Amino acid sequence: MDTPTTFPPFAVTAEIEAEADERISHYPADKKRSAVLPLLHIIQHNFGFISKDATVWVAEKLGLEPIQVYEVVSFYPGLREHAPGKYHFRVCRTLSCAMAGSADLMDRLCELTGIDRSHSDSHHNPIAVSPCGQWSVEFAECLASCGTGPVCMVNDDFHEAVSPDKAEELLNTTKA
Amino acid sequence: MSDIQYLPGKEPHPCEHRMIFKNIDRAGWDPTIDCYLNDGGYDQLQKALTMEPQAITNEVKASGLRGRGGAGFPTGVKWGFIPPHNTKPVYLICNCDESEPGTFKDRYIVHQDPHQLIEGMIISCFAVGAHTAYIYMREEFPEAAIIMEKAIEEARAKNFLGKDVLGSGFDVEIYVHRGAGAYICGEETGLIESLEGKRPYPRIKPPYFPAALGLYMAPTIVNNVESLCHVKHIIEMGSEAYAQLGVARNTGTRILCVSGDVKNPGYYEVEVGKITMGELLNDVCGGPKEGRTFKACIPGGSSAKILRCDESYTIAQGDSEQTLTFFDIPMDFDTIAACGSMAGSGGVIVMDDSRKISWVLNNLNSFYAHESCGQCTPCREGSMWMKKISDRIVDGHATPDDIQTLEDVAYQIDGRTVCAFGEASSWPVEAIISKFRDELTAETSEDNDDLSEEAKQQLQFISE
Ligand SMILES: Cc1cc2nc3c(=O)[nH]c(=O)nc-3n(C[C@H](O)[C@H](O)[C@H](O)COP(=O)(O)O)c2cc1C
Ligand code: SF4
Ligand code: FES
Repeated sequence: MDTPTTFPPFAVTAEIEAEADERISHYPADKKRSAVLPLLHIIQHNFGFISKDATVWVAEKLGLEPIQVYEVVSFYPGLREHAPGKYHFRVCRTLSCAMAGSADLMDRLCELTGIDRSHSDSHHNPIAVSPCGQWSVEFAECLASCGTGPVCMVNDDFHEAVSPDKAEELLNTTKA
Repeated sequence: MSDIQYLPGKEPHPCEHRMIFKNIDRAGWDPTIDCYLNDGGYDQLQKALTMEPQAITNEVKASGLRGRGGAGFPTGVKWGFIPPHNTKPVYLICNCDESEPGTFKDRYIVHQDPHQLIEGMIISCFAVGAHTAYIYMREEFPEAAIIMEKAIEEARAKNFLGKDVLGSGFDVEIYVHRGAGAYICGEETGLIESLEGKRPYPRIKPPYFPAALGLYMAPTIVNNVESLCHVKHIIEMGSEAYAQLGVARNTGTRILCVSGDVKNPGYYEVEVGKITMGELLNDVCGGPKEGRTFKACIPGGSSAKILRCDESYTIAQGDSEQTLTFFDIPMDFDTIAACGSMAGSGGVIVMDDSRKISWVLNNLNSFYAHESCGQCTPCREGSMWMKKISDRIVDGHATPDDIQTLEDVAYQIDGRTVCAFGEASSWPVEAIISKFRDELTAETSEDNDDLSEEAKQQLQFISE
């Protein structure tokens, strides 16, 4: 599992602290727990995934037990406990995109990046990373753009109508 | 409205009646507040603030607006469920989870027309007495979260939000709360648990009807993005004129999202019930792909029961009966329900004769097996078993008995769970089996025997 990672190690900066405090202020003062997801998003955005140290930090920040944060991290498909690649591809697997060829798109992306999905499973190990640590792939469920499938997200960027023959073009956008 | 131009190639179909989507793909349109104000934006807020809150709720009731998120429940009636002598704070939540497969409408509103939603939300907050509102937005809309937060800032700078809105004495704040990729957060009580910072385990109803015991155990109104946008137009038109749109008990417009095997998939805003399935699929969407014929259609998001395109339905109408073919079905809530399915979220998924129904079934089962929150045993185990059986069917390893087992499992889920996900996962299976049993059985064989050596030994042990 020791693929190289491009993310910095977890460390709380003044900006992160300020952003977290701003998010916490969106909820009633005695309902700070509501800020769990917003804080986890800040962490994942900056550090690629949510480490044990980060979980403890969120818990302390919100006056919770670490387990109360971890049970959230471990539930949501959108939260990660391991580093993805620098560019993370989420390909929609659900019906309309599948009809449009999203399974072939996934195969093509793996072929081009050297990613091996043979050990992936949707529940416990959804993400597969390339040997170089540059790319990772994951099947996502319906991304709410079913009319323009296959759809694929690359980090926060959204791409529509990515037919399998456009996989290379899509990959090239990460190589500039 | 004839002066409105749309981007080339994105012009609405002549059958459409654009109201909620008036500004989607509009030429020269952008999501800034200046653009919105130039177009008469926030005028309805000013008007609403001069009305009594109860009068707004009455207007929404009289308009006949039914929720666009899935269940089609009358919005004004829902608002009326806030307990009369309530002393707790009231919350409004905009459901922007848009996670029902086949549905892609809210995304355009939050990306291209954020102020329409904000205006609708402020008016709704004023009507129900909420001073805090959250937009629960799925994590997979990162750009929309930025756009919405910027729009909220702009609205606050103009005092449409914040303290003493436009000198009315009414205070209100809206915040964006992002989810994290779980379908169950679209279910309103799961959403509330998620917003409270917990796992999104749905709550049992009764007693936890959000309007009475919602966010932080306070009265909470949860409405879909599209529903909240309609409120603005009800204020603008008046409930009577609004109720003229659509058909009786199915008023207004709604956005139908068509995907799958049609020539022109996309989003089409039409008067509810004024267009039939045939007009939608053949005229608006250009018909089936070259050389293909329509086989099956899911009319309201993946949880709706599938319809066969060669079916007809006999439905009661008062004392008489009426027979409709699939293509005659008007796209309204009540008729689609009478045909045994539901209008749901407006997501229409079409399959042509090139699709194997077992493959469709397996794709849907995989979705529900992945998304069950795991709280109730029939749903958690059942959704996984259903996936395993349909895996066997598509792999060609199933026996004819497996079809019966699959059907039995499905019927043991619905009606036995905490939330409507139980129905959402089992209805597709029940409908596909009852309508395509022969096709599924043809893919099985008596000769298939998938038992492991261990299972065989166990069976032998039991029979001895
Ligand atoms: C499993 C499940 C998923 C749902 N997903 C959504 C969704 O993504 N968006 C939505 O608006 N409503 C969704 N709903 C319906 C909500 O629970 C709720 O009824 C709706 O948001 C109410 O808004 P409305 O009255 O304006 O339709 C879902 C319901 C269930 C049972
Ligand atoms: S029905 Fe399924 S999704 Fe709903 S609470 Fe039970 S386990 Fe969770
Ligand atoms: S099925 Fe892929 S976006 Fe909905």
